[in-house]
Amino acid sequence: MSESTQTIETFANQEYKWGFVTDIEADAIPRGLSEDVVRLISAKKHEPEWLLEWRLKAYRHWLTMKEPTWANVHYPPIDYQDIIYYSSPKAKKDGPKSLEEVDPELLKTYAKLGIPLKEQELLAGVAVDAVFDSVSVATTFKAKLNAMGIIFGSFSEAVQEHPDLVRQYLGSVVPTSDNFFAALNSAVFSDGSFCYVPKGVRCPMELSTYFRINAKDTGQFERTLIVADEGAYVSYLEGCTAPMRDTNQLHAAVVELVALDNAQIKYSTVQNWYPGDKEGKGGIYNFVTKRGACRGVNSKISWTQVETGSAITWKYPSCLLIGDNSVGEFYSVALTNNYQQADTGTKMIHIGKNTTSTIVSKGISAGHGQNTYRGGVKILKSAAGARNYSQCDSMLLGDKCGAHTFPYLEVKNTSSQVEHEASTSKIGEDQIFYCRQRGISTEDAVSMIVHGFCKEVFRELPMEFAVEAQKLLGVSLEGSVG
Amino acid sequence: MSLLEIKDLHATVGDREILKGISLTVDAGEVHAIMGPNGSGKSTLAQVLAGRELYAVTGGQVLYQGQDLLAMSPEDRARAGIFLAFQYPVEIPGVSNMYFLKAALNAIRKQQGMEELDAFDFLNMVREKMTLLDMDQALLNRPVNTGFSGGEKKRNEIFQMAVLEPKLAILDETDSGLDIDALKLVAHGVNALRGPERSMIVVTHYQRLLNYIVPDYVHVLAEGRIVKSGGKELALELEESGYAGLGIADEEEAVGKV
Ligand SMILES: Nc1ncnc2c1ncn2[C@@H]1O[C@H](COP(=O)(O)OP(=O)(O)OP(=O)(O)O)[C@@H](O)[C@H]1O
Ligand SMILES: [Mg+2]
Repeated sequence: MSESTQTIETFANQEYKWGFVTDIEADAIPRGLSEDVVRLISAKKHEPEWLLEWRLKAYRHWLTMKEPTWANVHYPPIDYQDIIYYSSPKAKKDGPKSLEEVDPELLKTYAKLGIPLKEQELLAGVAVDAVFDSVSVATTFKAKLNAMGIIFGSFSEAVQEHPDLVRQYLGSVVPTSDNFFAALNSAVFSDGSFCYVPKGVRCPMELSTYFRINAKDTGQFERTLIVADEGAYVSYLEGCTAPMRDTNQLHAAVVELVALDNAQIKYSTVQNWYPGDKEGKGGIYNFVTKRGACRGVNSKISWTQVETGSAITWKYPSCLLIGDNSVGEFYSVALTNNYQQADTGTKMIHIGKNTTSTIVSKGISAGHGQNTYRGGVKILKSAAGARNYSQCDSMLLGDKCGAHTFPYLEVKNTSSQVEHEASTSKIGEDQIFYCRQRGISTEDAVSMIVHGFCKEVFRELPMEFAVEAQKLLGVSLEGSVG
Repeated sequence: MSLLEIKDLHATVGDREILKGISLTVDAGEVHAIMGPNGSGKSTLAQVLAGRELYAVTGGQVLYQGQDLLAMSPEDRARAGIFLAFQYPVEIPGVSNMYFLKAALNAIRKQQGMEELDAFDFLNMVREKMTLLDMDQALLNRPVNTGFSGGEKKRNEIFQMAVLEPKLAILDETDSGLDIDALKLVAHGVNALRGPERSMIVVTHYQRLLNYIVPDYVHVLAEGRIVKSGGKELALELEESGYAGLGIADEEEAVGKV
């Protein structure tokens, strides 16, 4: 093996920059899971009876379920009795009512993460809802959004203030019994974001939720529900980080999107949970269920994700294309370095006529990373004239990593068109040498080649986040060569 | 002081010695042509000078501007003014030719203490070079070499050279695969860059190129050694009598000996 191939394989891991712990008093409940714990969480949040019943139903169903094993990921069994299911930063009263009441330690944490919550610093125009451990701590730009009839804030708040909307849509896309982790989430979810954009309103700014796991041994189970009413438009971004810890932490979120007639939802994720150290110790298990329902005619849901963090990622943002002419899109970059594992992809279920879906997946594996694309395209009999285009490209850096592709296809009518393209490439020693011969350093060469590879996905991200994502990818790859 | 001094250079790939003691001196402003049968080590020499780690240098010395070239990284050599036009230019999908070249130019300028160019200044600067090589703007917006025809790739190499303005340009069979018009264009581009401050090593199989780019010296490389050096007439001689005329085994025999 040549020296250069070895350099490509040498991994001096760049330190995870977001790995600090905030020293803050937390109100946590004892470890373990039982009906009492579910009741306790619900009580802490002063939830209505129907929601408690909903949780309990999910819990009872979860007890009958088995953890899935079909994904191409490997980890020791999770002890669900050893997890703390609720932790919140201790607050004076029930929760902060305004930014002034938010613990300054928390604000400092978010500032360190580069998310200023103070509105004056937010002239850039991104409204942020921040979730720290289990609870949502602050939402910016609330007043401005309210004036347009847009509801955006923490899930708990929405349960109190807009119970009918929540009740109407909660679990309507991802039922409590959908899968093991979704059932678990439904039983114990502690907070998350809720957004409703009324008829004909185009949300004028990017809405953003920032998730942070701080407390030790806690699981984070947030729930996000976004509803775009007829003709509405919203673009939503989710970011995540966690402290560096040498034990694994579980993150099992559920995201549900609903788009009615002519509505459009753009959901972008930049996932940077702590991936574990270079030996593969610690890191977040990111087991997430994300699904959007294009209920209305001409509706559209786009998922764009840049997945660079987590020890294990297991997620398949999907679309149910129910309304005629509805459109589903999935653009994904998943990077695995060191001992990270990712099994990700999407499902596009075509139900309505002339529905179209586009899948562009870019997997990058480095170190001992394992990257699996798993995608399903299902075209039902009712979906006359449906079309799908899928493109799955994998890139390998070095030869200890792996890329796997499992496309599943089911077409039940003859008037549909399905196209699938796949490729696997290696960053060649010759490509890097070519760049270096032109004066470009190895690191810049790798990042340039990887960005070139991910271009079609980055282009889908909102401007400011595209820049973020590129930087993140650079950091995640730093030290992956030379 | 010479620009480049190669002294008894030996290089191997795996267990196999490919360069078996090469000595060559190139002064500022000179053009040296290197000819020789397939597999004689011409590309290996070019790549070793550019710093390719695939090849291990097992003996000898190379001084560039009086400095130990072999101790420098490939990017440092490039930033110090060494340019290699590859025999097989490499494709980089998704990275635009323009973006790539701007990154290269700025890396070199930075090293030399010059200000980096922004996209606008860069475009102005390359326009002129584009005309010189009759480069199509569309080619510049396409990903580096991706899907380029053989001739387009070669022309792109010379275009990059024109933009980066190296002190020592090594052209490895830039003429192969070019049609006659493209050949003239490339030669014209190369000649436009000739000057007292710029030296070139031109690897070629064909006398034809040397009609356009007239060398100061011609060297014949065979089995990892320079077996004959002379003026531009040597290329003509080779054209007439072939390598056998020089008592050099042709390709098959050379391979047979290994
Ligand atoms: N990476 C490599 N691995 C194994 N052998 C190599 C490698 N690179 C070069 N060689 C061998 O070294 C010898 C010299 O190759 P080189 O490419 O330098 O020849 P050349 O003179 O440029 O030939 P041509 O005129 O065909 O371009 C050849 O026998 C070739 O097979
Ligand atoms: Mg050659």
